[in-house]
Order: sequence, then C-alpha cells, then structure tokens
Amino acid sequence: MSTSTETHILTTPGGGPTLRSPIDWKFPIVYGVLALVTLLLFGLFGGTGGKSTTFSFAAGTDLFGIPPLTVSAMATTVAVGIVLVAMAAVATWLAVKREKIGIWFPILFGVLFLFAFLTWAGAGNGHIPLTPLLAGALALSVPLIFGAMCGLVGERSGVINIAIEGQLLAGAFLAAVVASAVKNPYAGLIAAPFAGALVAVVLSFFAIRYWVDQIIIGVVLNVLVVGVTSFLFSTVLTQNPELWNARQALPVIPIPLLGDIPVLGPVLFRQSILVYIMYVVVAVLYVALFHSKWGLRTRAIGEHPKAADTVGIPVNRNRVINVLIAGAIAGLGGAFFTVGSGLAFGKEMSAGQGFIALAAMILGKWNPLGAVFAALLFGFARNLGNTLSTMGTPVPGDLLLMLPYIVTIFAVAGFVGRVRAPAANGKAYAKQ
Amino acid sequence: MKLELRGITKRFGSFTANDSIDLVVEPGEIHALLGENGAGKSTLMNTLYGLYAPEEGEILIDDRPVAFSGPGDAVSAGIGMVHQHFMLVPVFTVAESVALGYEPTKSGALLDLGEARRKVTEISARFGFHIDPDAVIEDLPVGAQQRVEIIKALSRDAKILILDEPTAVLTPQETDELIEIMRQLKAGGTSIVFITHKLREVRAIADGITVIRRGKVVGEASPESSESELAGLMVGRDVHLTTDKTDADPGEATFSVRGLTVVDKSESVVVSDVSLDVRRGEILAIAGVDGNGQSELAEAIVGLVEPRSGTISLDGDDLAGLSVKERLRKGIGFVPEDRSTDGVIASFTISENMILDLYDQPPYAKGLSLQPAVVRSEAEEKVSEFDIRLTSIDDPISTLSGGNQQKVVLSRELGRPLRLLVASQPTRGLDVGSIEFVHKRIIAERDSGTPCVIVSTELDEVFNIADRIAVMYRGRIVGVVPADTPRDVLGLMMAGVPEDEALARVEDGSAATEISAAEEDPA
Amino acid sequence: MTEKTATGQPVPAAPEDAAAPEAPRPTVLRDILSGSWMVSVLSIFVGLLVGAVLVAAADTSVQATLGYFFSRPADFFVSVWRTVSEAYLALFRGAVFDWEAQSFVRAVRPFTESLVASVPLILAGLGIALGFRSGLFNIGGQGQVILGAIFAGFIGYWLTLPLGLHMLVAIAAGIVGGAIWGGIAGALKARTGANEVIVTIMLNSIAGYLIAYLLKQEWFRQSGSANPQSRAVDESAALFPLLPDPFRLNAGFLVAVVATVFVWWLLERSTLGFEFRAVGENPDAARTAGISVGRVTFVVMMIAGALAGLAGAAQVLGTEQKLTMGIGGSLGFDAITVALLGRSRPVGTFLAGLLFGAFKAGGYTMQAQTGTPIDIILVVQSVIVLLIAAPPLVRGIFRLPAPVGKGAR
Repeated sequence: MSTSTETHILTTPGGGPTLRSPIDWKFPIVYGVLALVTLLLFGLFGGTGGKSTTFSFAAGTDLFGIPPLTVSAMATTVAVGIVLVAMAAVATWLAVKREKIGIWFPILFGVLFLFAFLTWAGAGNGHIPLTPLLAGALALSVPLIFGAMCGLVGERSGVINIAIEGQLLAGAFLAAVVASAVKNPYAGLIAAPFAGALVAVVLSFFAIRYWVDQIIIGVVLNVLVVGVTSFLFSTVLTQNPELWNARQALPVIPIPLLGDIPVLGPVLFRQSILVYIMYVVVAVLYVALFHSKWGLRTRAIGEHPKAADTVGIPVNRNRVINVLIAGAIAGLGGAFFTVGSGLAFGKEMSAGQGFIALAAMILGKWNPLGAVFAALLFGFARNLGNTLSTMGTPVPGDLLLMLPYIVTIFAVAGFVGRVRAPAANGKAYAKQ
Repeated sequence: MKLELRGITKRFGSFTANDSIDLVVEPGEIHALLGENGAGKSTLMNTLYGLYAPEEGEILIDDRPVAFSGPGDAVSAGIGMVHQHFMLVPVFTVAESVALGYEPTKSGALLDLGEARRKVTEISARFGFHIDPDAVIEDLPVGAQQRVEIIKALSRDAKILILDEPTAVLTPQETDELIEIMRQLKAGGTSIVFITHKLREVRAIADGITVIRRGKVVGEASPESSESELAGLMVGRDVHLTTDKTDADPGEATFSVRGLTVVDKSESVVVSDVSLDVRRGEILAIAGVDGNGQSELAEAIVGLVEPRSGTISLDGDDLAGLSVKERLRKGIGFVPEDRSTDGVIASFTISENMILDLYDQPPYAKGLSLQPAVVRSEAEEKVSEFDIRLTSIDDPISTLSGGNQQKVVLSRELGRPLRLLVASQPTRGLDVGSIEFVHKRIIAERDSGTPCVIVSTELDEVFNIADRIAVMYRGRIVGVVPADTPRDVLGLMMAGVPEDEALARVEDGSAATEISAAEEDPA
Repeated sequence: MTEKTATGQPVPAAPEDAAAPEAPRPTVLRDILSGSWMVSVLSIFVGLLVGAVLVAAADTSVQATLGYFFSRPADFFVSVWRTVSEAYLALFRGAVFDWEAQSFVRAVRPFTESLVASVPLILAGLGIALGFRSGLFNIGGQGQVILGAIFAGFIGYWLTLPLGLHMLVAIAAGIVGGAIWGGIAGALKARTGANEVIVTIMLNSIAGYLIAYLLKQEWFRQSGSANPQSRAVDESAALFPLLPDPFRLNAGFLVAVVATVFVWWLLERSTLGFEFRAVGENPDAARTAGISVGRVTFVVMMIAGALAGLAGAAQVLGTEQKLTMGIGGSLGFDAITVALLGRSRPVGTFLAGLLFGAFKAGGYTMQAQTGTPIDIILVVQSVIVLLIAAPPLVRGIFRLPAPVGKGAR
C-alpha cells in the first residue's frame, strides 16, 4: 500500500497510531511582532536618542516616599526589546515542541512591553506619573467591572446581555435623580440597582417568556433606555435641574493603614464606597460561582439546561432571578458615572462602556477574576491614552483607545487563547 | 419497590403518544420495555419521571398512588433515570455532576464537593465502576459517562432505575459491562426498567418484557420468546425484510480509498488507515456499531471532513483537496445520516429542497439567476417518479412525513447521473414501506452500474442490500466479507474480532460476547 | 422564516398562542387578524401610545392639572389630549404634509424630508436584513456606515474627476469602505468562528475612534479648520438633487430604491441568495449540499457592509456634504430596528425605513414647534420593535386569534 501517512503517523508502543497536532504558530507570531516593535520602533528607530524618561511614584501622602526613577530612553527600550526577542524565541521553541507556557509568561511579556512603550512615549516629555495613571485606570474600570460582572452572571446562566450599556445608563440616571431629589448621594447608590434590574425585567420578560432573540432585545433595549433617559433629561431634568439633576458626590473614604501603602494604597484604598462594594461584589461572585450551590446551578443552566431540569432545577425561574441580580449589579455600576464621579446626569453618558464591559467579560473567559483583569487593562489603556495625549507624546490617543477593541477581536478570533462561551448561551429553554 | 402504571395516556396536540398504558415492575425485576423507534417508550418513561404530565392514568409505587409534578418528586419517590442522551454538563467534574440538584452544603451556602466526591468513590467502589470523581465529563468515554449517570441515580437512593436505550451508544464490550452492572444492581434489590428496541439484549437480561407499538401495549412476553415472536409483536407483522434483487454483476473498481485517516476536533483518531475498493455495479455495506468511524468515513469521502492522511480516488481522479461541491459535481450522490439536520432544510419548500445541491446548475439556474418555472416543473416530475405524497410542492418540507422527506432527498441525489452513491443510514427512522422503497431505489442505482457505499448499523439492512460487507470497529476496517457471512461472525467482527478468529470461534461455539451467546440459544 | 430570525426559535408556539382558540371566526378575517402585518400595525399603535404617555407625563401643564385632579379631572384629560395631539400633529406635519404652511412647496416639503431621512435607514437596514436572512447578527452597521462615509467623503473632496463620474467613483468608494469593514467580521467568522456579534460591536467602536483620529489629521480633512470636520465634497461628487430648491431630496433616494430591488432579486431570485437563505436556515444541510458556509458568511458580511457603506456614502455625498464626527449618527442601531420591523424582507425593510424616516423628519419639527424632545422617537421606535419581535404578546394584548397551522407543530 503506497501511502503518505508515514510522515504523520507515529506508532506508539501502546498500539494505535497517534497523530501529532499541527504546530500552533499564533503565539510565537504575536510575541515576535511585539518584540520587534519594541526593539525597532520603540528602541533603535524610536527617535529617543539621548532623551530620558522619568517615572514618578509619589502621591503626596504616602507613608514613605519612593524617589522618581529616571532611565535613559534608548538604552532601556533596546535592552527590553532584546529581552522580548529572546522571550519570543523561547515561545517559538516551546511551540515547536508543542509545550504549554505558564500564565506568567504573557504577563511578564506584557509588563515589559508596557514598560518599554511608556519609556518610549515619555522620552523627553517630563515624567510619567505612575500613581495617578493607575488610580485613573481603576476609576475608569469601575463601570466596566460592574458591567462585566453583570454580563457574566447572565451569560453563565445562558442569557446573553447586550443591554449592559442600557443598564449602566439607567443606573446612572436613577442614581443622579434620586440623589439629587433626596440630596444624598447614598440614596442614589441605593436607587441605581433598581434601574438596572428594571431593564433586566424587560429583558427577561421578552427573552425567557416570549423567546425573543436575546441579542435583538439587548440592542433594542439600549435604544429604549437612551430614548427614555434622554427624553426625561430634556424635559423634566432640564426644567428643574436644582431639584432633579443637582450634583451629588460620594465622598472618598480612605481606609486607614491600607490607604498609606505607597503607590497601591492611594490607588486601591482611597476610594468611595462604590469601589469597595465593587471589591466585595467581585469576591463574592467568584466564590459563589465556583464554590456555592447557586454557582453550580447557575453554570448548569448555562451549559446544559435540560440536564438541570431533569434534576429538578427550575431553569427559567433561576435564569430570571440571575438576570435580575445581574441587572442590579450593572445598575450599581452605572451610579459611578453620576454620584460616583460627582457629576450630574448627561445624555448618553455611558458612552459605549457597556460594550467594553462585554468585551472584558469575553476576554476574561467568563471568569470574574479574568474579567476584572481585562477591565483593568481596558481602563488602563484608556487612561494611558488620555494621559499621553495631554503630555504631548507621539502616540495618537484615538488609536490607543482602539486597542481594547482590537485586543478583544483578536481574542474572540482565537489568537489569545481559547475562548469558550457557556454552551447554552443565548438559547431560550422550553420544556416539551 | 414495586412500580405500577395504570392507564397512562399522554397526548401532544392531536397526537396520542401513549394510549392507556399499563405496566407492572416487580421489586428486583429487570423489566424490558420493547418497541420500535417512535413507539412511545421514551414518552412513557418521561411521564414516569415527572417530565411530562399525563392526561389520564395513575402511577402507583408499592400500591400507593403518587403524583409527580417534576423530576424532583420522582427522584424523592425513589425513581432514577438514565436518559438516552446523557444529562451531564460536559464541563463539570464527576463530583459536580453528581452534586447538581442535590447539593451537599457546608457552613451555609458553600458547596461541599468533598461529600460528593466521597459518594462517587463509595458507589464507584461498590460496583467496580472505576470513576475518578475529579474527572471532567467531556474527557470521559461514553461508557464511563453512562456509569456517571447511574452513580447520579444511585446517589439519590433510586430503588427503580430507568435506562432509556442504554446500549445505543455502546460498543459490544461496553454493552456486556452494562449488562453485568444491571445484574449487580438487581442483586442489590434495585428494579430496572430497560428501554430498548434490540431483541438480543432483551433476551439476554430481562425478567419480564412489555412490548409497545404506536403508543399501546401490544403484549407481554417472557425472555424465552423467540426473536421473531418479539419482532412480530414489535412491528405488528412478520418481519421478512428482503428486497428482491439479482446478484451483483460488478465491473472494475472505480472508487478506492487508500490509507485514509481522519482526526476529530479533540485530535483523536476516528478513522484509522482505512483502505477500500468499490466496483461498478456493487453495493458495499459498511457495518458496525454506531460511533466506530463509519459516519466520519462517509463524510471524508464527500469532503465534509478533511482527512489527516490517505487518498480517495474516483474513476482515477484524486479527490484530495476538492470541496464538497466539486465532489458532488464529479458525480457523487450523498444521502446524509441525519436527514433533518443535514439532508433537508425544514423551512424551505419541497421544490427548493429538491435542488439543494443543484441550484446553481442548468437548467435550474441561468448564470446567477434562478429559474423558478423550471424548478417547479422538475419538482412535479420527481414527485410522481418517486411517489412522494404531498399537498403542494410549495409547502415547507417539514409538513411531510419522514419517509416522504427521505424520498425527496433520494429524488435529489439519484435524479442525476452518478458515478458513486454514498448513503449513511438511509432508512433510519422510516416505516417498513418506505424502507422497502429506499432499498429498491438503491439496488436500481447499483444495477445501472453505480458503485454504492451504504453505511448502516442495522444488520438486517446490511444483509438485505449488501453485495459485500466491510465491518468497522474503532475506526479500522476489521475485515471485508461476502454478503452471506453468518450473522454471529459479523457480530464478533463488530466487536473487533478479526475475520478468521471470528469464523473459528463461531465454528467451535465459543463465541465470547454474551450477545452472541444469547443469540445462539435455539429459539 | 423571518419569524425565526426575529425570535431565534423555530418553534413559535409561545405560551400565549396555546390558549388562543375560541369561537371560530371567518377564515379571511382570521387571516387578517392573525397575520404578521396586523401585528406590525398594532405594534406601531402601541409604540405611539407609550410615547404619548411619556410626552404627557413630562409636560408641565399636565403635571399642574394632576395637582387638582380630584376636584377637576376633566382639566387633566383635556390637558393630556392637547399636549399629545399637539406633539403628534406636529410630528405628522413635519413628516407628511404641513397644512399650516404658507405655500404648496412648504406644505409638501416635509414628505420629501421624510424620504431624505429614510435613505440611509433603508440602505443600512437592507444590509442588516440580508445578514438576518443568512443567519448572521450584523450589529456592525454603525461602523460600516462610518467607513463608507470616510471612503466616499475622502474620494469626494480629494479626487478631481468629471461631473457624474466623480459621484459614481465616490459612491463606489463608500461601498468598498463598508464592504471592508463588514468583510473583516465575515472573514474572521468564516476562518476562526469568531462570533460576529462581538466582532461587529468592537468594529463599531474602532470605526468611531478611526474617524475621530482622521478628522484631526490635516492631510485627511483638508479643511484647515480647527473643528474636527472635513472639507465639503466637490460639486461633481455630490448626489444630484431630484427636485429644485428648497427641496433636499437627492439621487440617494434612487440609490435606495435600486438597492431594495437588488436585494430582493439577490435573496429571492438568485443562486447566491439561495445559498444565503440555505445557510441562514440550516447551515449543516447547506454544508452537506456543497455550499461553502464560510464563503457565504464572508460574502454576506461584505454585501451587508457594502449596503451600510452606501448609507454612509449617501449621508456624506447627499445630506451632509462633509465628514463630521457625527456622520454615522445612530444609523447602525436604527437600521437594526428598521430591519426587524421590516421582518428582514427587502420590501418590508423599505417600508419600515420610510416610516422611521418620517418619524425622524417629523421629530425635528415636533421638537422645534412643541418643544417635545426628538428622543421620544427612540422610545416609540424601540417599543415598536420589541413588540414586533414578540407577536404572541401583541396578540395577547389585543386578544387576537393565533395563526392556524404555522404555529402548531
């Protein structure tokens, strides 16, 4: 028998033939390109000869200060570039050997790449204020994290939620209005979840009771919330802004000791209660999803609702409850735009953050911690864009702001690890 | 525990799935519920399990009437069910699967998976299941998944276990293991309701048999009944599935497969180094238990899956790298295994379904433009040629019965000159009349000189139409044998025993598997 | 068929339907009452009703009458009626015919304005509808419109070409721009299985930042202005007017009509459309029949993007005449509602586009004349589409009979 199989089939001692899977070139290519960008664009041809970059860490009230760090731009970027090229080579070698790389590898690679990028971008432009950069990143991440948690709870139960955007906006609106009317920002914080949950009621009514496609309802709900809030803003809120739309800000509550840790302290522990609630929500969700009865059932109805049904779990009731909980979480996140930032309500002020939250959830592979990480990354990219454009660096802010979206596209296209949605995601469940 | 069903009636709209069914299962009995596909067995069991509410009738446990509003009630009454399609979440671990719905908790709401693990280990040890509580379901072989389902039921103290078509997805060895498990369970006092349409298994294990047909109980039988008696009850008339056909007059081999290897998504080999030749004017049947690579072989021939290695050639042309469309243009006709998923588009009209793979060919299309008038007139012709019963060719094909839908598929695939016919399970789910029709058309195609490859898991069908039989097991061709090979030899080969050894074993009467042992009982 | 794309479930036997059959009615009447267009009409009615409630609730004079509702309830109802009828009459006069206008030209101008507003809605809506019919959720109309506008606009003021030819080239550029943006999502879905919903949402945002970036680059905008907007497109590239001043109706409307006919032919009469529908209804069977699902996905997304790009071109070459940050408006999302109301049929989408275009044109008049914010139109539109997507709910509200045959399995 003349076959061309010998090259592919290796016979193992155990018996049957085993085939070698094709080499996965995605990671080596991505690493290689980034390493070369670092070495050439940021390093050798970065136009940073003779310039230096300063990183500052101070936030004024640190327990003890860290002196600013000044590095020679070109030397640093070239050095980091060489390290990255070496890492890319390692990644290629491991890929050829078909071995897996630990999670530390992309993180280390990313941090180094970012360091080189900042060194290049900040060369000759004063200093890079690291603490405000991180603090701003966290602030911008708050609605993203809440939104991502909302999307996650819904999709883990099998309900796609494109209406996160609308839920954030509704939360922002109600928080502003209630806080203003009661003249207490905390009242707004209490009201916000109800706005998000209200949107969720409509979502679950159409999706679960009438089996309308979940993506369609989500899209339409976003339009509806924009319409209702904008209409009320232009009428009621504009007619009497002192009563209905006066600014109310949640005060910053520094946590003693923790808040005094250098760099991280001011970033993480000198925040308003909303941010602390966020920490709690993320932690609780993580534990609940993977270590509680509720979590097991939630994952079951999102993966295989019929299996859940056969063991007596009311699939649709649980889905409704979870979608409502999720809506409340997103509504709370929306409060960040108004009472959380001390701003009055403005038309369409959620500005697409709900969609980035969705992206963060996907990039985080439907895991609370992963989603938080992705949301922080997005918040950081956004804040970096803002910071750099005010510093007058060569980086166009608009292009930098595209990054989260491009990264997400790469992720769903399978270039950044395998992304697998809950199996029954988006499918209505009906008993025969 | 004794289970009794009295006068259970379940309707779906105007269709009566179960018509006044009575059934008694004595404590510690293995009771077989025998019936053809669609006879209403699964509906009955879903009613018993609380998934459906019956319109009439009552369920008695230990002579006391019970009412189930959901599976939870059935479970607490001591009924456990292993569904034909496993109710397991693929990404869960075994322990999580067993815990689901009956979660042990510690300190409030937190899950106590340790408790679930202990349960799995304990039950697994008791019956020798060898199940690791931390294994992920999707990584387990089918037989092991089934054992997880049984553990699930036992962990909830099931006294009556319903097994819905448990052997449909199992290899003969796994079937033997299951039968052994059922015996152990019975010895431990568990009653078992065993749903199947396979006669040999029933005779091997059942203590009592209830046969249902078209939603009604048509009789009780003892395991000593002969196969043809049981079959007669099940089908409602004597089953002599033989289509008249002349001996094949094969020409030269125009279709050949060499060293074909196909790998699935999870990188496991599903078709392994398969080589075949099919001659003009002959039918090669590919026999084997479901899931041994036959479907993938057929799909590879048509180009639906790309083989990892090997060659496929038709009339001397290598088909490698050709798309499905190009292969169909080369004269391959393909009848897919799953008609409703792959064969027809339910919402398309009958006439549209008749051009599903010809829509861009003359006379149906001129350039980019469809020719609706031609499509219609050709469809009308095919309707009369293939005797398709319908109201209008403009109705959605979903309005037709399964048999008529399959005729539409055949009219499409056989309605053009072929150089190769590939049909997978061409009569699955059809009534006897339609089966005969399909077989006749396939034989007619053979007689016109087309090489035919027919994949079938039904031995009756294989014997009825094959000129030669290739047996597949675990992706390999165990052997290619003549059509008059004894049934038990084929049975052994389907379990992976090479041809020579199978012949030898049958001759000295030491056939290894229980199934074939049961078959040898003088009926 | 559309029922499936709108509800995602081929089994429309939703709860409300099951309890419907009562006394038998005459068949013709029953067909009319249970038919999908009846549901559409009733959905529009309910949408307007919800809008009316909001308009009345937000009106200060209505609020004032509520203060003494129990002493003089009539005042309240009079006030509600006056507020709502004023708003909706202004909407009608702004959308169809203004009987209060001084001249005939001014009286009929609103109707032509509705047509102007409907052009991009129809074009982008057709793109979305095409995707729905092929089983693709193209949420990326927004980005595709922006890309079409960028390409068409840039060619419109950067190139110098003879009259007519310049317009055609600019339109073609718009088509290419949209097709590229749609094609990216299509190619990624076809090659890697990337979910088109997520990818197109991401591409929307990327397009938003892209136009923001470009309008800050002088080589691109060529306007010398400090504002983020481009130079006006050349006369030779602009879509020619169909009516003299003061009418704004331009050749864009002809483009919309031609596109509607084209999409109808494509879906219902071409071999390509047969493939699209087959993939949309049952990708497995389509694949088995030799249709390349990946190729269809790619081609559909390209054509859908091209249609949205055409909408962007019509905006920049016709209505706006220059590129601005807001050139896309919320067209992409409006288009989804248009396609849904049109039940993903070309002619239905055309009619739905006309209706929503009329809402838009009338909305401006309503805002100017009665102070009712145009945002109410968004509410009306979204309520209509929500109801359209759940026919059993509409039938439940109005106690209509369920359709015979199609609903039951």
